[in-house]
Amino acid sequence: MNFEKPLPLATPTSQPFWEALTRHEVQIQQCGDCGAWIYYPRAFCSKCLSPELEWKEISGRGTLYSFTIARRPTAPFWADDVPQLIAVVELDEGPRLTSTLCNVEESDIRVGMRLQPLFDDVSDKGVTMLRYEPE
Amino acid sequence: MGLQGSAAIVGIAELKPEKKPTGPEKFSIEQWAQLARLALLDAGLSHGDVNGLVTSFVMESAMLAPATVAEYLGMEVNYAEYVDLGGATAAGMIWRAASAIELGIADVVVCALPGAMTPQPPGAPPAMDGWLYGASSNAYGSPQAEFEIPYGNIAQNSGYAQIANRYAAEFGYDARALAKIAVDQRTNACANPEALFYGKPLTIDDVLNSPMIADPLHMLEIVMPVSGGAAVVLASREKAAQTPHRPVWLTGFGERLAFKTHTYAADLVRTPIGPASDTAFAMAGLSRQEVDMVSIYDCYTIAVLLAIEDAGFCAKGEGMDFVNSHDLTFEGDFPCNTHGGQLSFGQTGMAGGLSHVTEGARQIMGRAADNQMTRCDTVFVSGNGGIMSEQVALILRGD
Repeated sequence: MNFEKPLPLATPTSQPFWEALTRHEVQIQQCGDCGAWIYYPRAFCSKCLSPELEWKEISGRGTLYSFTIARRPTAPFWADDVPQLIAVVELDEGPRLTSTLCNVEESDIRVGMRLQPLFDDVSDKGVTMLRYEPE
Repeated sequence: MGLQGSAAIVGIAELKPEKKPTGPEKFSIEQWAQLARLALLDAGLSHGDVNGLVTSFVMESAMLAPATVAEYLGMEVNYAEYVDLGGATAAGMIWRAASAIELGIADVVVCALPGAMTPQPPGAPPAMDGWLYGASSNAYGSPQAEFEIPYGNIAQNSGYAQIANRYAAEFGYDARALAKIAVDQRTNACANPEALFYGKPLTIDDVLNSPMIADPLHMLEIVMPVSGGAAVVLASREKAAQTPHRPVWLTGFGERLAFKTHTYAADLVRTPIGPASDTAFAMAGLSRQEVDMVSIYDCYTIAVLLAIEDAGFCAKGEGMDFVNSHDLTFEGDFPCNTHGGQLSFGQTGMAGGLSHVTEGARQIMGRAADNQMTRCDTVFVSGNGGIMSEQVALILRGD
């Protein structure tokens, strides 16, 4: 069977995040009331439920919080993509996000390693995925 | 605060786990009725005694499952609950049922979890979404659809592997200690003819030589979903006095959850079973040392290790030493998952979580046969949903 990889479908709430990625910028929200940095995009702050969330450009850099090397595809879409280097990245601002690692040898992957964004423009789809590589 | 301990498990039913189901497939509601019938027979109670039920999803109705079940069973109830806590559903059902009984709104409550495939309509293509995305939601607007699924962060193996790698970075990693959890549980399964892996002993090297699925998890550290089903009947003190088995009182519980995707856990290796267990032990007025057996939700070996630590049976980071220095079998000094655990008994879908409850009840009732402990009055049960997300702790006691 042939499976087309699932891509994110932006919502009114998340659109600024995905649009920034197409410009190879990382923008996340900061709460105007409590100052918390928020990821993923929300309509209300996940620390204080304030609706006063402001989009801010950040470097997107962070450290590797954890990872796995999936030897078996996590779903049929990635049957030809094993091993999948699935990562939890902790942004320098604090929030964590899910991504995948690129341009790194398996044996060099370390929890705590510094990472920088790699903007992956998915051809023809108008979508840019936020992947990561060593700094 | 909490329970007085006046509601008891008085009947249990459990279908033997099967890799390939034998006999005709049944719909969820048919399985529900079969399991309820068996559990009530075990309790010596009848259809007319039941005035409460607790269910999770049924395949035949996406909404209003409790009413669907009540109607199909022909039961008129004062209390109908729907529990949706993944692998913690079973444990979550038990404390809700006991609470309803202590509140006096019901005195016999049936909790059932069908765990077998259901018939498909003739000629219809099999539904795809279920197995493509598992418990992840690909619905528009779902955070998982946008921020997890497109990166391949789907399903359990990858999440538990990320927990294990984080654990390794903080505390070190002894793969043999993790494997020993699976091995000791297999020893238990080899004394339990009902277990899927009965008669199939396992060594640490077998585990470590099994294929790597998602580093550092080996195939034999991961549950195998199989077919089955289980049910439990809980009753008030008055009703329990009329039943044939030693009542298994629920004297404490705790519940904790904060995230669906593990990426957003406040701390990936200090898990919600910690606070849930603290609540349960405080409610029961018991110390960890007073527990005779632990029935820990074991979808993965790393899940057991984290639960042993976070539930307070050893200090944080000392779980691997603890496992290496204790015998986790039913004859050992820290009996854990005496039925074999889901790793070796079999993960019978949602009912797999109930196997931890039924085994605790079986040991306290003294009905465990070849894997019966010499003495078992107090059992700690954990339920674990998602990627160490939904967590429930129960304390079961015999008088």
